[in-house]
Amino acid sequence: MSTQTRGSMVAQSTETQVETQPPAPRSRDNAAGRMGDKVFAGICLGAGILILVVLAGVAAFLLRDAVPAILASPEELGRETSFWGYVWPLVVGTLIASGIAIVVATPVAIGIALFISHYAPKRLSQPLGYMIDLLAAIPSVVYGLWGATFFGPLLVPMYAWLAENASFIPIFGPTYSAAGRTLLTASLVLAVMILPIVTSLSRELFLQTPKLHEEAALALGATRWEMIKAAVFPFARAGVISAIMLGLGRALGETMAVTLVLSQGPLTANLLNAGNSTIPAEIALNFPEAFGLRQSELIAAGLVLFVITLVVNMLARAIVSRYKEFSGAN
Amino acid sequence: MSKSIEAIDLNVYYGDFLAVEGVNVKIEPRTVVAFIGPSGCGKTTFLRTMNRMHEVLPGATVKGQLLLDQENIYGSAVDPVRVRSKVGMVFQRPNPFPTMTIRDNVLAGFRLNGIRMGRKQADEIVERSLKGANLWNEVKDRLDKPGSGLSGGQQQRLCIARTIAVQPEVILMDEPCSALDPISTLAVEDLIGELKEHFTIVIVTHNMQQASRVSDKTAFFNIAGTGKPGRLIEFDYTDKIFSNPTEKATEDYITGRFG
Ligand SMILES: Nc1ncnc2c1ncn2[C@@H]1O[C@H](COP(=O)(O)OP(=O)(O)OP(=O)(O)O)[C@@H](O)[C@H]1O
Ligand SMILES: [Mg+2]
Repeated sequence: MSTQTRGSMVAQSTETQVETQPPAPRSRDNAAGRMGDKVFAGICLGAGILILVVLAGVAAFLLRDAVPAILASPEELGRETSFWGYVWPLVVGTLIASGIAIVVATPVAIGIALFISHYAPKRLSQPLGYMIDLLAAIPSVVYGLWGATFFGPLLVPMYAWLAENASFIPIFGPTYSAAGRTLLTASLVLAVMILPIVTSLSRELFLQTPKLHEEAALALGATRWEMIKAAVFPFARAGVISAIMLGLGRALGETMAVTLVLSQGPLTANLLNAGNSTIPAEIALNFPEAFGLRQSELIAAGLVLFVITLVVNMLARAIVSRYKEFSGAN
Repeated sequence: MSKSIEAIDLNVYYGDFLAVEGVNVKIEPRTVVAFIGPSGCGKTTFLRTMNRMHEVLPGATVKGQLLLDQENIYGSAVDPVRVRSKVGMVFQRPNPFPTMTIRDNVLAGFRLNGIRMGRKQADEIVERSLKGANLWNEVKDRLDKPGSGLSGGQQQRLCIARTIAVQPEVILMDEPCSALDPISTLAVEDLIGELKEHFTIVIVTHNMQQASRVSDKTAFFNIAGTGKPGRLIEFDYTDKIFSNPTEKATEDYITGRFG
């Protein structure tokens, strides 16, 4: 009772304050305030239009410069195939590298995020969180150098072992690169690169799980892991999918690291040897010397990458909205 | 099935802060006990020690003994997870799992513990529990809709259904009606009367009428001042507490002369 009356008194006093104080200043610079509103609305509208114009401009540029190569015959291009024959191995290489990266990075990222949010004592979880965030600040060219000179060679013994023992699976062998500069190395470097973003986004989501639902699970006799499955994952699912897609987007478009790590070549199933390439790496490597139709061809490859990322994003949205009804937002 | 609970010299801490001090109380099986007392006196805190939910909070600890029948649930060999599956809890705010259907919410206690069962058995449990929680008629046609789509009162009864589905021995309720309208409140109170036949029930409430309507015995907690620990002042039959309490503090509180 007493708190109730106190509560209403507080409400009353704030109400009266609101009524007595603000009107004076409001009426004084009302005109200026309305002017400010208009200016701000104008700026917002302008910015929105500008973004659309830039996007349309980029798309138009890509299309205009890409069309000649897409329509050109193999003879004109100076190779045995049309543009599509040229680009599909690159698409496959890009998808393989990003796919491996995401498959490797996702469980690790979710594991680390969960450890930080629900298992580690506070003393440990905070520095660990900072460290993961720091990983995101490393420039990709540094990742590339690290992958090419340190991480790749480090993986060679494993490649040798795989080539010897697992070469019945076509992607492992039978030959392997003694320098370790393979698509698999590039994929793993990509995995390390997207780890921080997926981890820190997932960690934030896991931490936001309502205590209410965590306790509901615990009170039903759930262990910590069972609680995580019942309360934390369902709550974070849509967000984690978005995080993974962000990571995938970064992996698809990553140029420098792949260019430096990978010793490029034609498409091959063997991931342990040199060969394969990705669209961004191919463009970065060849664009400086390209002109005419060759340049157009590389731009068309860029257009293909643009479409792939667009499709990935749309897929992500579709997945996220599928869970909307059960998201707890209603 | 139903068990007695006994607290012996129980002290409850949040870090260094002693929130509840020296509670001695014995709750018989198949009775309803109400906890009343001013805000901040430690009703919730004590209630949460009874299924070891208290220690889920960082730094929260308990000293003393809490016997479920004869077994001290704070014994060193006792797994808190096992305690919680025997002592169910209904929270102040309804908290069905929002991503689960109504049906899955009822079955959550089994699913969580990895217990598998056939469709038929699951259907039986769902129907029995929802009927037990007076919710069956309202939801039987939409068992596959999300639990978060129900009204607050229905959600709270869904939470009760979820709790009784796993057949606990004790049910703890922390102000289960504080977010409900009078009609839903009445439904939950009726339900408590029925559940008493099978379960030992402890309910925290700020509503004295509710305490006198639903409980057999009432425990009055009080606090000497801010920063001081809460204490159990008086524990007796509800009739006695509300008509002729022994302690002056109890009388002051129930007659509204408190604070
Ligand atoms: N998580 C917490 N950390 C630290 N102190 C807490 C915490 N929860 C409660 N307390 C303190 O413990 C004491 C008892 O709180 P408790 O929530 O048990 O009171 P209550 O009797 O349930 O009150 P109400 O009737 O308002 O629900 C209070 O002094 C409170 O400030
Ligand atoms: Mg409380």
